[in-house]
Amino acid sequence: MTADVATPTRPDAVEPEPGPRRRPPWLRHLPPVVLLLVLAWLPYVPVELPGLLPGRVNGPGSMQLLATCLVFAGFALSYDVIFGRTGLLSFGHALFVASGSYLLTISVSSWSMPLPLALLVALGGTTLLAVVVGGIALRVGGIAFAMVTLAFAQAASIIVLRDPGGVTGGEEGKALARDAVPSILVGVSNAPYRYWLALGFVVVAFLLVQALVASRAGHAMAAVRENEGRAAVLGFTTYRVKLLAIVVGAFLGGLGGVVHALVLGGSSPHLTSAEFTLALLVMVVLGGAGSRWGALVGGFLYHYADARLVEASGSGVFDVLPDVLADVLGEPLFILGTFFVVVVYFAPTGLTGLGGRLVRKAVRP
Amino acid sequence: MSDLLLILVTGLGLGALYFLAASGLSLIYGLMGVLNFAHGSFMTAGAYAAWVTMDAMPSSTAVGLRLLVAVLVALVVGTLVGVVVEVVLIRPLYRHHIQQVLVTVGLSLASVAAVQGVFGSDPYPVAKPSFMRGTVDVLGARLPVDRFVYLAVALLLLGGLLALLRYTRLGLVIRAGVENRTMVEALGIDVQRTFTIVFGLGGAVAALAGVLFSQYAGTVSPLQGGSLLIYAFIVVVIGGMGSLTGTAVAAFAVGLVQQLANYYAASGIGDLSVVLLLALVLLLRPSSLQGAHA
Repeated sequence: MTADVATPTRPDAVEPEPGPRRRPPWLRHLPPVVLLLVLAWLPYVPVELPGLLPGRVNGPGSMQLLATCLVFAGFALSYDVIFGRTGLLSFGHALFVASGSYLLTISVSSWSMPLPLALLVALGGTTLLAVVVGGIALRVGGIAFAMVTLAFAQAASIIVLRDPGGVTGGEEGKALARDAVPSILVGVSNAPYRYWLALGFVVVAFLLVQALVASRAGHAMAAVRENEGRAAVLGFTTYRVKLLAIVVGAFLGGLGGVVHALVLGGSSPHLTSAEFTLALLVMVVLGGAGSRWGALVGGFLYHYADARLVEASGSGVFDVLPDVLADVLGEPLFILGTFFVVVVYFAPTGLTGLGGRLVRKAVRP
Repeated sequence: MSDLLLILVTGLGLGALYFLAASGLSLIYGLMGVLNFAHGSFMTAGAYAAWVTMDAMPSSTAVGLRLLVAVLVALVVGTLVGVVVEVVLIRPLYRHHIQQVLVTVGLSLASVAAVQGVFGSDPYPVAKPSFMRGTVDVLGARLPVDRFVYLAVALLLLGGLLALLRYTRLGLVIRAGVENRTMVEALGIDVQRTFTIVFGLGGAVAALAGVLFSQYAGTVSPLQGGSLLIYAFIVVVIGGMGSLTGTAVAAFAVGLVQQLANYYAASGIGDLSVVLLLALVLLLRPSSLQGAHA
């Protein structure tokens, strides 16, 4: 049961090109560096991209949207450590993102801690939570693990909505006290700085995941994903490997929550919802689970589509359709959910896997 | 004393709803190993089908009769939805459990959005028959009648499902399939068809749960199914992943714990204590959760 549950498809085992035309290492690292430079340059680009972005690329609206998209790319990357790299179907990852976000906001706003200390509390608290929750949930495997993690995330959601002692702000969410945050991150005109912060988070998360995947622990995770029974026979304590994956994923997710709170100026109960936890799964699978770029692309596109589709339905693009159809298509989640089902069927390696296949086909017909 | 009695009855009533929501889930999981996230959508489909039916019938008809017709319509809709989902979405991904979960996740997200698009995200009030609104006095406690209705439906369903599993050929195939699916296939029995039937059955039971839960809540709303689904998941895990009697015991236990904690500790602790109960069961008896016997 456990073994055949825990084997999601993954494409990047053959990442270095086989055959004699293997690319030199500097060429391999070139595209990501160029991409990073382009992204870092965006706040200086005063071009309008009508339909794609609200206003100029370096306008506050676009900057805020792109910053949030980047944060979501980081969320997806952190979840991919657990799902794509280790093969654990967890429905509780939202718990860790929310814990990072809320611990930071509460520490700063309710307990008036200085930001560095609040950062420590948020990251330490999230990691500790991951050890406890992961430690308990990992006592069962496969589908039961998925349900148990979902239950824990739900408990967090209940706590946040009940607003104990007025610290979480209930359904309204909690705003970050503005005077405790460096002034460079506050205000509409400082959107580029928040964008760079989000970009920095994604870079850190990406490098960390790359280092992890290349390490001994990363190989152990891959072994557990491919065949847990076999990994156990080879002498790995699979429980510890899986717990490590959860803790690392939770740490990155918590860091993402912190950045999310800083970028959006507070915490929202949406981060604890079951819908968000499922959305993380959708992002990773859309992009391509367990691959270098899949989760990043999936997270970025998911949030972008979510935000822009609301805009599209508001602008009356669907008005030509019959009312009922227009209403249904006006719900971004309907389009994303349907698209997701299509991807699961026809592109099991996700969009990046599909793109890679098309590129390879074009290069060598 | 009368307080305790009231808490016990409301707890059992709530547990009955949990059992209704969880039994289809547990049956499907036990036989096919499919974690059906779309189960919440089945419940929502049932609830909305019933609401639309009750709305469409002339209001001069007695509410009880309208509810009865609505339940029948919901059962048909639930069965159809279950069968269609199994045939179109689940069957092609046979033996790919993760992909099956993913597809049902996508379906649940899309269907909630679709319902929101068509009916709007606001809850609508549901008419409740007068006999279900009343209370009866037992030992000085005023007990709401509708809880007894839920309890009766749940017990009837449990009895019916157990009889189905024990005394019919279909039940025999299901029990054998839970035990060892490969062997049943090797004996030349069409398990595929049984899957479809079980999904249809699960859809019907889910639709019934959806209707009764909308009666309990007094409204229908798009997110109702999803919130009930999470408790159904917890119940299925505590009940031993696929065992029907285990699910029933777990459902009533969860309902009772929730109501008792809400009353004696503090309002809102009940939901948390359910998760705590789950954690305790996992820590103390993890082995009981791995296997499944129908």
